[in-house]
Amino acid sequence: MEVDRDANGPVIRYLGDSAISVEFGDRIDAGLVSRVHAFDAALNQLCLVGVIETVPTYRATTVHLDPLRADVREIEAAVLRLAATERDASGPAGQLWEVPVAYGQDFGIDLDDVAAHAGMTPSDLIEAHADPEYLVAMVGFLPGFSYLSGLDPRLSMPRRSEPRARIPASSISIGGQQTAISSIEGPSGWHVIGRTPVRPFQLGRMPEFLFEPGDRIRFRPVSAREWSQLDRDAARGALIAKSIE
Amino acid sequence: MIALEIVQCGPGVSVQDAGRFGFRRFGVSTAGAMDRRALALANTLAGNPPDAAALELPLAGAELRVIGGPVLVAAHGPGTTLAVSGRPVSESSSVQLEDDDTVTIGPPQEGVYSYVAVAGGILTRPVLGSRSCHRRSGIGGDVLSPGDRLPCIGSSDNAPLFLTEGMKDYGRDAIRIVPGPQADHFEEATWSRFLSSSYRISPRSDRMGLRLEGPALRSSKGHDIVSEGVVPGSVQVPGDGNPIVLGRDCQTTGGYPKIATVISADLDRLAQVPIGRDVRFRVVSEGDAIDAARRSARWHSSLGLAAKPVSGSSPDLHSHNLIGGVTKGDDP
Repeated sequence: MEVDRDANGPVIRYLGDSAISVEFGDRIDAGLVSRVHAFDAALNQLCLVGVIETVPTYRATTVHLDPLRADVREIEAAVLRLAATERDASGPAGQLWEVPVAYGQDFGIDLDDVAAHAGMTPSDLIEAHADPEYLVAMVGFLPGFSYLSGLDPRLSMPRRSEPRARIPASSISIGGQQTAISSIEGPSGWHVIGRTPVRPFQLGRMPEFLFEPGDRIRFRPVSAREWSQLDRDAARGALIAKSIE
Repeated sequence: MIALEIVQCGPGVSVQDAGRFGFRRFGVSTAGAMDRRALALANTLAGNPPDAAALELPLAGAELRVIGGPVLVAAHGPGTTLAVSGRPVSESSSVQLEDDDTVTIGPPQEGVYSYVAVAGGILTRPVLGSRSCHRRSGIGGDVLSPGDRLPCIGSSDNAPLFLTEGMKDYGRDAIRIVPGPQADHFEEATWSRFLSSSYRISPRSDRMGLRLEGPALRSSKGHDIVSEGVVPGSVQVPGDGNPIVLGRDCQTTGGYPKIATVISADLDRLAQVPIGRDVRFRVVSEGDAIDAARRSARWHSSLGLAAKPVSGSSPDLHSHNLIGGVTKGDDP
C-alpha cells in the first residue's frame, strides 16, 4: 500500500459528496508541503465549476465541492492532469512577510523552558527561532491560526501535558516539530515563546486575513517597547506585518 | 426598530443560516443550521427563501416578545410547538404577531433543534457573508440570552402561510455513509463491527460534533494522522475508539483518522437524533451520495411553491388536516 507518491502522483480520496482530498503523502515534510501549495495555487487558477473552496494542509489539499454543480469525475480528471503537469514546477511564491516578535518574559512565558529543553541559552533560542524562513503550511484550528513549517529540529518539544484554557491572541508557540502564530485567544497545549503585535485575523480590516497557506514568514525580534508601539498601531487597523516580496 | 426579544431561553441559542463559505482556508468554520431542512421549512412558512437567518434553539423551548411589529413568525422542528398568548398554532403554519405579543416555542420533543423564522429573516449584521454564529471563534456573534433583541423588518401585508406537503417524519433508517479518507486504517473486522452495531448519541454532543458511544473502533495505524481538511459529517475516530461525527461548527482541519463521511443529505436527520437514542450506519457509493444531495436540493427549492396563504383573518388552523402525506424515508 505504501507507494512512491512522487512517482505516481496524488491519491484522491472522498469526503462523502461534499469534498475530495488530493493527498500527496502522509508525513510532515518540507518537499511535500511545497508541492501541496504549488498544486493548490494552480488548482485555484483553473476555477473549476462546482469547487467552493480549497483547504491546503501539510500533505493534502481538500477540495470542497457543491454536489449540485460539480461533476466529480471531471474534477478528478482535471486534478490528475494538473498534478502530472505541475510536478516539475518550482514552488509557488506566496507573499513573504516580516513579522515582528517580542520574545520571552510576559510575551513568551515558556521561552526559558523551551531553551532548557533544547539545551540552549534563551538568546540562542531566539536566534534559532528567528533565523529560518518559514512556510505557512496550513491555517486551521481557529480563524487565522497559522501553522508554520521550517522549525529548527533542535527547537522541537512535545506539547504540554496539560493544555492551557487560554493563551493570548497573536502568540508565537512551539508544539512538537511545529511552530505557529495564533490569531485570537484560545486554548493551547503548545509552549508560548513570544508574541507579535500583528493580528493575523481582524474583522473590519482589509484584508481581514493576512497569512494565506503558501505564504512565507520571517520573524524580526523586537523590544517590549517597540511591541507596545506596534500593538497600538495594529489595534487601529494597521497591518504591521510587512510584505517584503 | 422592529425586533424579536428573547424573554426566556435555554443555553446555546444562536442565529443560523446556510453557513459561511469561502474562508475555510483561513480556518473559518462554516457554522450554519444543524438541520437545514427544518430551517428551510420554518423559513418557507415565514415567506422567506430556505436559507434566511433564523433562530436555532437546541433542546429547550423559548419565549419571545415582539417589539414593534406586526411580524410574521413560524417555528419548525421535530415535535416543536408554537403558541401565541397560550393559544397553539399548527406546526405547519405561520402566525402574524403584533407589538408586545408573546410567543412560546415548546421544546423539540422528538428531536434536538427547533428553528424560529421571521418574515424578511433575522437581520443581524452579516460577518464574512453569513449571519451564522460560530461560538468558538465569536464570528457571527455570541450565543443569545434573555434580553437580547434580534432586528427584523415588519410584515403588515404578509398573510400567514401553511404547508400542505413536505412536513415529513425523519424516519429511523440507517444513516448513510461513504468510506472515509482513512477507511483502510480500519481492518475488515473493525468495519463489520462498525456497520453491525448501534451507536448511542452521547450527551456530550454539540454543534461541533456528535459523540457516539458503542463498540470501540481501533485504527491499525494509530489514532494520530498529520492534520488535513475535514467536512461536517466526517466520522473521526480518536484514541478511545468512540467515533465523533463532526457537526456544522467543526474545525476546518483535523488530526484523527476518518473512517467514513456521513452523506450531506443525512446530516439534518442525524443532527435531530435525540441524545440517548441509537443510530446505525450503512455504506453507499459516492454516486448515491451525490444523487441524494441533488434530490434534497430539489426539494429545498420546491418548498416555496408548496406554501399557501391561510385564508381568513383568524384561521382555526386546527380544523385543517395540514400535515397531509406524512411519509418516512431517507430523503426529504
